[in-house]
Amino acid sequence: MREFMTGNHAVAHAVKLCRTPLIAAYPITPQTPIYEKLSEWESSGLLQGIMMRTESEHSAMASCIAASLTGVRTFTATSSQGLALMHEMLHFAAGCRAPIVMANVNRLLAAPWGFWADQLDSLSQRDTGWIQFYCENGQEALDSVIQAYKIAEQVFLPVMICLEAFFVSHFMEPVEIPAQEEVDRFLPPLNLPHRFDIEKPGFLVPVVSSDLYRKYRQMMQRAMDSVKTVAAQVDDEFKTTFGRSYGIIEPILVEDAEVLLVTAGSMTSTARMAIQTLREKGYPVGLLKIRLFRPFPVEALQQTITGKKKIVVIDRNCSIGSGGIFCQELRAALIHSPDPPFVYNYLAGIGGTDVTPDTIGKIALDAIRRVDPADESIWWVDV
Amino acid sequence: MKSPEQQPNFLRPGHAACAGCGLAVGMRLVLQAMGPKTIAVIVPSCEGSIGGVYPNTAYGVPTIHSAFEIAAPTAAGIANALKIQGRHDIQALAFAGDGGTFDIGLAALSGVAKNNDDIIYVCLDNEGYMNTGIQVSSSTPSFAWTGTTPGGNPRRKKNIMEIMAAHYNPYSATATIGFPQDLQQKIIKAKRIRGTKFIHLLSPCPTGWRMPPELSADISVLAVETNVFPLYEIENGVRWTINYEPRGLPVEAYLLKQGRFKHLTSEQINQIQQDVNEEWARLNQRAGSSSSKDRTSRSTKGFKHGKK
Repeated sequence: MREFMTGNHAVAHAVKLCRTPLIAAYPITPQTPIYEKLSEWESSGLLQGIMMRTESEHSAMASCIAASLTGVRTFTATSSQGLALMHEMLHFAAGCRAPIVMANVNRLLAAPWGFWADQLDSLSQRDTGWIQFYCENGQEALDSVIQAYKIAEQVFLPVMICLEAFFVSHFMEPVEIPAQEEVDRFLPPLNLPHRFDIEKPGFLVPVVSSDLYRKYRQMMQRAMDSVKTVAAQVDDEFKTTFGRSYGIIEPILVEDAEVLLVTAGSMTSTARMAIQTLREKGYPVGLLKIRLFRPFPVEALQQTITGKKKIVVIDRNCSIGSGGIFCQELRAALIHSPDPPFVYNYLAGIGGTDVTPDTIGKIALDAIRRVDPADESIWWVDV
Repeated sequence: MKSPEQQPNFLRPGHAACAGCGLAVGMRLVLQAMGPKTIAVIVPSCEGSIGGVYPNTAYGVPTIHSAFEIAAPTAAGIANALKIQGRHDIQALAFAGDGGTFDIGLAALSGVAKNNDDIIYVCLDNEGYMNTGIQVSSSTPSFAWTGTTPGGNPRRKKNIMEIMAAHYNPYSATATIGFPQDLQQKIIKAKRIRGTKFIHLLSPCPTGWRMPPELSADISVLAVETNVFPLYEIENGVRWTINYEPRGLPVEAYLLKQGRFKHLTSEQINQIQQDVNEEWARLNQRAGSSSSKDRTSRSTKGFKHGKK
């Protein structure tokens, strides 16, 4: 069934289709429509389960962890300050190996205040042990939530589905809603190990020795590494069932490209248009979309990028003191490449500033003209 | 149903509590009254530390060591998941210290009480951050010495019971280890009520209160007999019942046995006495306007220390 809806409502549909019985949430702009839509369905009985209307995002995540460990599928949604408030519990969720799925609507962090798209909120949670996907549009957000449960429940790590404020969260597009029976087939009922067994009482989250702590961290890292394969498999299965797939990265007109733009999230749609225009003008420009950010798909990126001369990473985020975060990660991934390309970092769209196809075209031309490498990020302002 | 005394000990020997720890006695009594069909939540605090280091644990029911400020929403998450699974026979029990309840966990507890999630929350109140080595909390009484109030605590103890009552939650009660039957009766009563139940359990701490370990039980009796810590319960935030008529001993009987109060001046002791008298009068007023009949029926029931 195809419906005209926002990215937020697409996420809510996915949660309902996954039959998630426990949702814990707290309102924050621009995520609130997810919480409201799910509350509406819970009240009307369309969604079978319990909506925990908590007093903070921190408690929402605490309840999700506890419920997940008790053996039920859980969901929460947040944004910006709410995600930052959750930070302590994000580490805890991953450490507990709780397969929670969360939607984060990427909104800038204060101060100063604002509500606009910026990926720094979720990117600054990159070390918490959560799998992270960045979505280009509402359809991808819906599909990624369904895929997320399948991945999380195999590798026992939580998943964050990121969609940008307003550009995705509030923008209305036609979205294909999968049939319930198909989702039920794709995502079987949850069967988690019993973490609380009355017959055989155990103790969860004990104090452990240094050695054991290291061992558990190593196990988490291994599980996280496996996500690159598991996520690709789940995406393939998804294609078989629903006819759509996204890859963990997506190369667009890469083969004959000399210059490769790299984007994540909604800016990718804009870049798709921009490279068409650039190609028409004779510039050998391609595009690479990074969808899976944690774990960072190092091998897939290395393979795609081999032989390219210039990489242009456009970041809608800035780690103050370092620069664009997608660029940092990509540079680190390419360091042992045989003939490493120049990797330029353009900061564009920060704080939700507009990035048009023309903006991306100008960034590409600026990079093409450069002869020397640049370590520093370039703050791009259209002139 | 087995009586509490027939239940096994769910806080097993070998735990790492200090000698005379009121908190460990309190937990044992609570868990005994809860019985085996319990999932317990503990948080960083003395109860988090005494349970042992992996692979050893003193806890005899399934237990999770959650984060400091989230005893309530952790228990609520478990309770709601159990509800979804149809496991109505199992109850979620949260233990938190006074720091985890009065201070850092207050918002989270308030959120759960607002939703009336079906948990029993036990605040093990030893009147300070004892696990980190005796620092002031908002539960520390007036003028008491702690490591961060070396000149004595300048503020009064926060009234957590009134805060809970303001949520109109179905049941809140005070208890202490000096009155074990009263404590266990309250737990058994709480188990029968659906919604957020709160037990404020005064748990003497010989280490932090600077007193000999053998005094824990006596001191908790004296806390009640001096009206410093009256035993009462609040139903639905409006129906107040005093469970025990104390002898009304002067507060010195309680204060002077504890090193943390040894520096008190007579003015300070008078001030505490005055505060205690006012609180007691106010409590009686509330209990009187709730129901005097109920009060008399409870006040003579089941206490070894009943009014002579």
